[in-house]
Amino acid sequence: MKLKSLLVSLGLLAGASIAQSAEPLKVGFVYVGPVGDLGWSYEHDMGRKGLEEYFGDKVKTTYVENVPEGADAERVITQLAKAGNDLIFTTSFGFMNPTVKVAKRFPKVKFEHATGYKLDKNLGTYVLRTYEGRYISGVTAGMMTKTNTIGYIGSFPIPEVIRDINAAYMGAKSVNPDVKMKIVWANTWYDPGKETDAANALMDQGVDVMLQHTDSPAPLIAAEKRGLRAIGQASDQSKFAPSAHIFSVRDNWTPYYIKEVQAVMDGTWKSQDFWGGFHDDMLTLASINPNLPKDVRAKIDTTLASIKSGEFKPFTGPIKDNKGNIAVPANHSLTDQELAQVNWYVEGITDEIPH
Amino acid sequence: MIRIQARTEPSSIMKVVSPLLAITLTLIFGCILFSAIGKSPTQALHVLLIAPLADSYNIGEMFVKMGPLLLCAVGLSLCYRANMWNIGAEGQLLAGALGGSAMALYFIDSESAFSLPITLLAGIISGMLWAAIPTFLKLRFNSNLILTTIMFNYIALYLLIWAVHGPLRDPQGFGFPESAMFADSTLLPTLFESSRIHLGIVFAIVSAFIAWFILSKSHLGFQIRVFGSDEPAARYAGFSSKKLSWFVMLFAGALAGLAGVSETTGPIGQLVPNVSPGYGYSAIIVAYLGRLHPLGAILAAVFMAVLYMGGDLAQIEMGIPVAVVSMFQGVLLFFLLACDFFINNRLAFSNQATN
Amino acid sequence: MDSDLIVQILFAAVKTGTPLLFIALGEVICEKSGVLNLGQEGMMLMGAVVGFLAAYGTGSAGLGVLAAMLMGCVMSLIFAVLVLHLGANQVATGLALTIFGTGLSAFIGSGVVGQTIQGFQPIAVPLLSDIPFIGKILFSHDILVYSSFVMTFVLMFVVNKTRIGLTLKAVGENPHAANAIGIKVLRVRYLAVMFGGVMAGISGAYMSLVYTPMWVENMTAGRGWIALALVVFASWRVGRIMLGAYLFGLASIMHLVLQGLGWSISPNLLAMLPYVATVVVMVIISADKFKEKLLAPRALGKPFDPRQMA
Repeated sequence: MKLKSLLVSLGLLAGASIAQSAEPLKVGFVYVGPVGDLGWSYEHDMGRKGLEEYFGDKVKTTYVENVPEGADAERVITQLAKAGNDLIFTTSFGFMNPTVKVAKRFPKVKFEHATGYKLDKNLGTYVLRTYEGRYISGVTAGMMTKTNTIGYIGSFPIPEVIRDINAAYMGAKSVNPDVKMKIVWANTWYDPGKETDAANALMDQGVDVMLQHTDSPAPLIAAEKRGLRAIGQASDQSKFAPSAHIFSVRDNWTPYYIKEVQAVMDGTWKSQDFWGGFHDDMLTLASINPNLPKDVRAKIDTTLASIKSGEFKPFTGPIKDNKGNIAVPANHSLTDQELAQVNWYVEGITDEIPH
Repeated sequence: MIRIQARTEPSSIMKVVSPLLAITLTLIFGCILFSAIGKSPTQALHVLLIAPLADSYNIGEMFVKMGPLLLCAVGLSLCYRANMWNIGAEGQLLAGALGGSAMALYFIDSESAFSLPITLLAGIISGMLWAAIPTFLKLRFNSNLILTTIMFNYIALYLLIWAVHGPLRDPQGFGFPESAMFADSTLLPTLFESSRIHLGIVFAIVSAFIAWFILSKSHLGFQIRVFGSDEPAARYAGFSSKKLSWFVMLFAGALAGLAGVSETTGPIGQLVPNVSPGYGYSAIIVAYLGRLHPLGAILAAVFMAVLYMGGDLAQIEMGIPVAVVSMFQGVLLFFLLACDFFINNRLAFSNQATN
Repeated sequence: MDSDLIVQILFAAVKTGTPLLFIALGEVICEKSGVLNLGQEGMMLMGAVVGFLAAYGTGSAGLGVLAAMLMGCVMSLIFAVLVLHLGANQVATGLALTIFGTGLSAFIGSGVVGQTIQGFQPIAVPLLSDIPFIGKILFSHDILVYSSFVMTFVLMFVVNKTRIGLTLKAVGENPHAANAIGIKVLRVRYLAVMFGGVMAGISGAYMSLVYTPMWVENMTAGRGWIALALVVFASWRVGRIMLGAYLFGLASIMHLVLQGLGWSISPNLLAMLPYVATVVVMVIISADKFKEKLLAPRALGKPFDPRQMA
């Protein structure tokens, strides 16, 4: 009896909340890590909070964190769709095939998958032009290095990371023809201990400016301890390394999430493969160190301006790969589709891409 | 004055009452916990424990989730009955997923009716092989089984990650660490339209009954039981401990391997780095909650599956962070483990205070 | 590779090995008493978060370490009561402790994600740090590294040379015999488990106060589990645990170093190495009948109920 009445009252509660929420647009987010990771999932959650701040009562957001990229993902995405979310963002590559499957079953719900390559009528993808930030980082590192050796911590050898290594190297080379880049694969997106080890291994070998495509501030802390320099990734990491920090290339998902939610509200949402960078304010240079040499600061500003305006595109030919083949022909800039498939190192990088 | 007294016989009433007591204690703890974070306790407990079984989709998903837990737990129950402390279900599951996936990828262009059975068999054999090595080390070199099986979990995990980054990676997958999607001929058929319930759950339940039959009706099972409760007596009776050890370990390895290959050829449909969110470890808890009884494991697996799904639903419906959910799960397990104490002991109340 | 680089690598190996050393020293004492606690990861995370919170709140990294030790001890007590008093299964309880600790640490730490603190600064030991090679490798660390040295030597002495050590081993090898000669088996096991908790707490604090002075969820990233392998690798010998911790530390940074030097090597196959090596070591020591002393404590993982005397 008691249980039954409890269930009934709960049912009423649920009914009431649905009646109330007929108005706001419901937006769901699926995160691969915990929101407290201070990295990838944290930044997406900042985007979600920005969305709530912007729209107020007009949106209701829900997130599920720590979702394994296995059989569970499909269930979580389905449950978000069943819970009445109108727009669902799945924010890790491993959610691609589950999202595709769920999107087929819920044709009225809109889905957006970060970093993937599969589209459908109600499924779009979105990706950051992180290579733009990487190019500026490379330029800066190339000017700042005294040992002519830049360190780069990679996570996994996927096209996004390989593309960014190339961008950083081309940036550095453009200002410093003698520059060398040492690359280390940490094989993790997020393990502060491992990232510290990787940074130290590089700095032991003469590196004096650190770049990384892993998400924790650990490499900056390691650089700070040694009095060397580093560039922050994904979030503003300046306070972890007040003097080592040159600037952080911050991922900023908020404008994109606002834009897409607005489109759904207006009924203008279309499935697309969206690439956002400095131009769209989805990348920003955060907390540029005020103590940089003047010429470095000026070069950062001009490079940023030319990328932001679209005047300069880092992957513009002629570019050779490190085996001597033409990777990008003269007078051609890689299209987004071509950018998604970069699996070669640019000429001058002496390493091999691990397989 | 309250004292603790050992019971002469395990209490059969307490066998039923103790889990109920544990659940009551957990509910009380849950009420306090959820009130403390400002969520309605009744709604939270409903979402965590009842909502996962509230509609047909969720029930279906519950079966998907319990399948691998049950397969592993059944094998472990038999092992533990025979005093074989196998912690290696996770590694055996991953080995099964890896071996099965390699076979499924071999059959990627095939439409033969034999591809699925051969794929499943490959998974089973891989799981058995992964169980056989620690068994051999124990029987031949007297190595501690708990520790070797933990080591083999890690070795299997890194082997799988290596394979999915290397030889089994999808050549058309832009370098991302995933295998190609398997051909339809190697996918486990689903049992109902619009649900993910697949043949794997049938395997799991059938295996539980087979194990129950072996344990309670066969001479082999009699030997296992004698061995577990009184090893010297078993040796005196001339039972071969070697034979029994091999049997339970290979049986457990086969089931865990089947669980692994059923995940990749079932709900996932490809090999990914995160095949298992720790099923093999959770299955240890399932086996104990089921009191090392194969049929008890069915109930315990349902319970664990509900608990996991409830965790996701609590995030979706109520925005309860995953951290709070895992605290709740941890406490529930503590209470369940602690309350079993009353099966073999009782509290004695006496008026005289002893000095 | 020049000698400077070698020194740097070995210096880093000591640093990387230190959290492993702390937690493995705790685990080996626990295992020697016959108790297997798989809740290491949960205790370590709780140590990391509480250590960080205390250091953040008080501004003192030393108080942070103390708080972490206390927290590790409290966590281990939950485990101890369940398995020693209530007879719960050690493996299942340890796993539950890890689930619980992972959740609780994330919960109480959510407010300080992204905060920074002043951790311990390196202190070069006078004179000793001037010794060529060794000075830089061993004696230019922070105070926690030095206390891990001291701890190792104290434990080596206590375990091998004192009555306490004998008692501990007696309890782990044959609790019934120990009980018969008047040793309070449960009390010894309680203390051993609590010691394990304290050490796990320090190990966690080392991660969040020294190694990377910050708190993020799951920041120990499986180091609690590696410690289990390490104890076996060291065949339950305290001195070998120190050596093993630095070897494991070296193994985990070596592939990073080699990549920087332009070698290409599969990080996954390399990550497997410590586990394979551990299995090999275990087989070698187990196969030699004369080295029976090196085997796992015979009562490891088995409950003991003083009322069920034969």
